[in-house]
Amino acid sequence: MNVWIAIGLTAVGCYLVKLLGLLVPAGALERPLVQRLAALLPVALLAALTAQQTFSTGGSLVLDARAAGLAAAAVALVLRAPFLAVVGVAVVVTAGVRALGW
Amino acid sequence: MAEQTAPPVIRDDGATRAKPDAAVVRDALGVGVAVGLSGFAFGVTSAGAGLSLAQTCVLSLLVFTGASQFALVGALAAGGNPFTAAAGAFFLGTRNAFYGLRLSQLLALPKAIRPLAAHWVIDETTAVALAQPSRRTARLGFTLTGLTLYVLWNLTTFLGGLGAEAIGDTTAWGLDAAGPAVFLALLAPMLKSATERATAGIAVLLGLGLLPVLPAGVPVLAAAFAAPLVLWFQGRRMSTDAREEDPR
Repeated sequence: MNVWIAIGLTAVGCYLVKLLGLLVPAGALERPLVQRLAALLPVALLAALTAQQTFSTGGSLVLDARAAGLAAAAVALVLRAPFLAVVGVAVVVTAGVRALGW
Repeated sequence: MAEQTAPPVIRDDGATRAKPDAAVVRDALGVGVAVGLSGFAFGVTSAGAGLSLAQTCVLSLLVFTGASQFALVGALAAGGNPFTAAAGAFFLGTRNAFYGLRLSQLLALPKAIRPLAAHWVIDETTAVALAQPSRRTARLGFTLTGLTLYVLWNLTTFLGGLGAEAIGDTTAWGLDAAGPAVFLALLAPMLKSATERATAGIAVLLGLGLLPVLPAGVPVLAAAFAAPLVLWFQGRRMSTDAREEDPR
């Protein structure tokens, strides 16, 4: 049930912010500080999410095969690999390191 | 979903005439197909996080903004309560409001269509629409990218969820790395200047440092404060610099 509540809240919330942008008069959100905050907010959230989902299990910090997978993904990004290749490399390297028993 | 901007098509044949529809279609389909396929990763990740196939598919159908979907299932898998999990997903989705602002001027949609079009206001449709030279081609690009992505994203979500259930233990296949890899791929093009890098660095420290002490889902929200924090420091430094330049 909890999962459905979370899904419902996310669906309604995400739809309403999309609609908000199309409905409010231009200029209402055009203040420079608001714009800069809106650009930086996803940076902070994505960075925290990447770190947490790489280095934690449940509520504790761990270092496991995912770290190797994400390091490989970072290299792929530096080499300008396409999106799907970046994700694919992370998955394959994580599986490989895990198969080696780490 | 991925921050993949279609490369702007630059043509030298006879000044800047109207861009042919075929080129717009190519831009739209290219982005739509590449990113739509990554729905596999979402379907698998969501199933690995313990969501049912129905829950996974409803997310892609009704939320339809990839980063928020990944964040939500990740938070639920970590044991977060539904409200903090939804809050993290919601904050990631707020950037779509700013896309909508730019699109509403560019596309000039009739009021009656806006509630429908709103569902497709995401990274990729905005990138394709903004890359077009005229209102007509922008509308075409927005609609085609939205349609291609919506169909493929939902189809591949379903197949990914179904496949994950068949595979069983998704971690043995390294599929638990797909979620964070998607986040990293979305994040990388945003790290343009020192401001973004400082924000990311502080957010990582907050997110990992608070993880063992706060309830699941809350550390991500706390890490979001890295953004106003960096802007505040920047504002202070700028005003200090201004004062130093003015000796009185």
